[in-house]
Amino acid sequence: MSDQPLRRPATPMLQQIAARPTMRGTLLGVPLGVKVIGALFGLAFLALNAAIAYVVIDGRLDGKWYDFRDLGNAVESLRGWTEDEGFHPGVIYGISALLGGLGILSLVGVWLIIGPWVERRVIAKFQIRVGPNRNGPFGLFQSIADALKLMQKEVIIPRGADRFLYFVPPVMIFVPALLGWGPIPWAEKMAYIDLDVGILFTIAISSLGVLAVFLAGWASNNHYSLLGAMRTVAMMVSYEIPISLSLLSVAMLTSSMRLSQIVAWQGHYHVWIIAILPFAAFAFLFASTAEINRTPNDIGEAESEIVAGFYTEYSGMKGGLFMAVELGNAILVGALMSTFFLGGYTMFGLEEWIPGYIILLTKILAVYFLFVWLRATLPRFRLDQLMGFAWKFLIPISMVQVFVVAIEASVFARVTAPALFTLGAFAIVNLSITILLVKLWADRLGYAVIQHPTKPVLTQAVGGLRAAERIRKPA
Amino acid sequence: MDSPGIIVAFWLLSGITVLSALLVFVARNLLHALAFLVLSFLGMAGLFMTLSADFIAVAQILIYAGSISVLMVFAVMLTPLASRNNGNSLYVIPALMGGAGIAGLVGAVAMETDWAEHSGEALKAADFPSTVPVIGDLLLGRYVLAFEIASVLLFIALLGAILLVHERPEDERSAGQQGEAQ
Amino acid sequence: MPPIPAIDELSVTLAHYLIVSGVIFGIGVVIALAKRNAVAVLMGVELMLNAVNLTLLAFSRFSSAFPAGEEPLTGHAFVVFVLTVAAAEAAIALALAVLVYRRRETVDLDRVNLLRW
Repeated sequence: MSDQPLRRPATPMLQQIAARPTMRGTLLGVPLGVKVIGALFGLAFLALNAAIAYVVIDGRLDGKWYDFRDLGNAVESLRGWTEDEGFHPGVIYGISALLGGLGILSLVGVWLIIGPWVERRVIAKFQIRVGPNRNGPFGLFQSIADALKLMQKEVIIPRGADRFLYFVPPVMIFVPALLGWGPIPWAEKMAYIDLDVGILFTIAISSLGVLAVFLAGWASNNHYSLLGAMRTVAMMVSYEIPISLSLLSVAMLTSSMRLSQIVAWQGHYHVWIIAILPFAAFAFLFASTAEINRTPNDIGEAESEIVAGFYTEYSGMKGGLFMAVELGNAILVGALMSTFFLGGYTMFGLEEWIPGYIILLTKILAVYFLFVWLRATLPRFRLDQLMGFAWKFLIPISMVQVFVVAIEASVFARVTAPALFTLGAFAIVNLSITILLVKLWADRLGYAVIQHPTKPVLTQAVGGLRAAERIRKPA
Repeated sequence: MDSPGIIVAFWLLSGITVLSALLVFVARNLLHALAFLVLSFLGMAGLFMTLSADFIAVAQILIYAGSISVLMVFAVMLTPLASRNNGNSLYVIPALMGGAGIAGLVGAVAMETDWAEHSGEALKAADFPSTVPVIGDLLLGRYVLAFEIASVLLFIALLGAILLVHERPEDERSAGQQGEAQ
Repeated sequence: MPPIPAIDELSVTLAHYLIVSGVIFGIGVVIALAKRNAVAVLMGVELMLNAVNLTLLAFSRFSSAFPAGEEPLTGHAFVVFVLTVAAAEAAIALALAVLVYRRRETVDLDRVNLLRW
């Protein structure tokens, strides 16, 4: 951004850097050629969109291969063409698989370049800093520089490490992060593999990461690694249950485990499931932050306690792969959250005008922003707090939710009233049951809202541990 | 008369499964054996997929590769002083003979018997388009008693496992070991 | 374009699946009998159960021996029960292993021989 006047750098060193003309040319400003090319690309993009919008409004291209509202159309017509030409079914299958895989890989790959920058910039805004802004325009090339740095690092294998198992986890943990994208529908006919058992597949795939984490911690021959691995394994195993229960209630409500049908259900009734099942959505969101090891639930790699957790001993790009998987998982969970609870590629009729994948991408980024917000706001939980929250709070209430949803689903199948009315009644009932249960159960467990933040008091000053306990939990 | 994809997938997946099952036997370290076991489970899930059993394949990944292997991990971690050796006992020769005998017997029976099996177009017709609703109907219809018994069995197994490893306060020996483990 | 004949002769039949499952069952038997570590023995048992699952599914897919009204997916339902029993069995067996470790500080089955003679 060399057009706007720059704020004067704060420190003398930064002033020196800003004063040097070569530095200013490369770091603080964008070369003219880049600007021109960027402007041309922007204009072309706008023109393309305007043309598409015109033709769409005109109603000319519905389902044709050049209808880019749905990339599935293009693939479908390619398949039709190859079938007409008489290719072997294996060839057609291979081509479609390659195209889909290329799409998923390019999405994750592009995100691995943009994601760290987004996260660091947003966190910096929360903390009233600037964030990375030196490499490239707005600091966008920061993650490329980081990746280059990581690749140049020496490959260090700790002494006493398990030479075979040490190299397996960085690769193994990538598998679920990529496979999880399979059943997600991006538009009406656009899913890599529209599995009949999509929900079960999602849960199964997410349970594969546990083993990679454990093997990473065990093979490193390091106490911090093993501690982090044990914490993470315990946490992930516990938090799989709330995820399964909340997805079970979604499957019962929509009476399908196929992800595209869940989205179509939400599009058909013009309702988001988060409105009907608020507690399931909350449980899914919170439990998946634990599942993908993000703050506030990142005790597995709590850097102020156990260095970097299970990947302490992974240097260079091997550690970089773990970090990359975390980033990729963050948007994967965003995609799942949008698909299950936020309407997926539908947006109350907007999907007729805007491509579904753009709507889904917007929702994914919104959920990702929520994750970053949580990370910037909440402190890290302790291990016992996290496990207690899963077993004593999320699981019992999710169980009750499952029973309630079972009754509602059977009612919904039989009742003849307008669907919107029935679903509205369900939403009100579920919301009140959730509030009631959360309030009662929190009171029962002694989770009280702290009205006035108190100063920390030394245990001795209040007269021993018992008295401290009494002060912390007023009767 | 399958599509070539199925044939290639069958040979590849059965190769992976058998090879990694063999490596479970050969591996010297218990954790290595566990890693190969998971690979074998995944290959087996792929084989299920070639039999157009998508629900069972995914359940296999979830239960075997995701849960039972993690249970084994917990068992390994809760026995910190025990040996991690995956060695053989004295019975390795008779065991090998017995295993080879069983495999040979099953193989011979499979080769020799004239199975009443679909072929050609009937096989294509026997592809299950959607298994989940039918399995659900069967489980909650004809086999509902077995289903309920299975749920009771799972519950009893849960309780039994908890009771077995529950530490009694007077058992100071186990408490001492717990301290060492931590 | 005609189908490639060399591949079609390699068609996968019921016998293929049965042989694979027999081999895996045999390996499972060997592991369950020959290993000293209790967890390794459990691995062998799980492999055996897996092989049986493969057999059930293969019969369910290929067999034309079902009567007209019979559901061909009965094999799948059986596999669901086998999976359930396998999960329960793994939990109990590993709890036993942990218990043996508590008493005797080993999970080596050759050294758990108090009741042997």
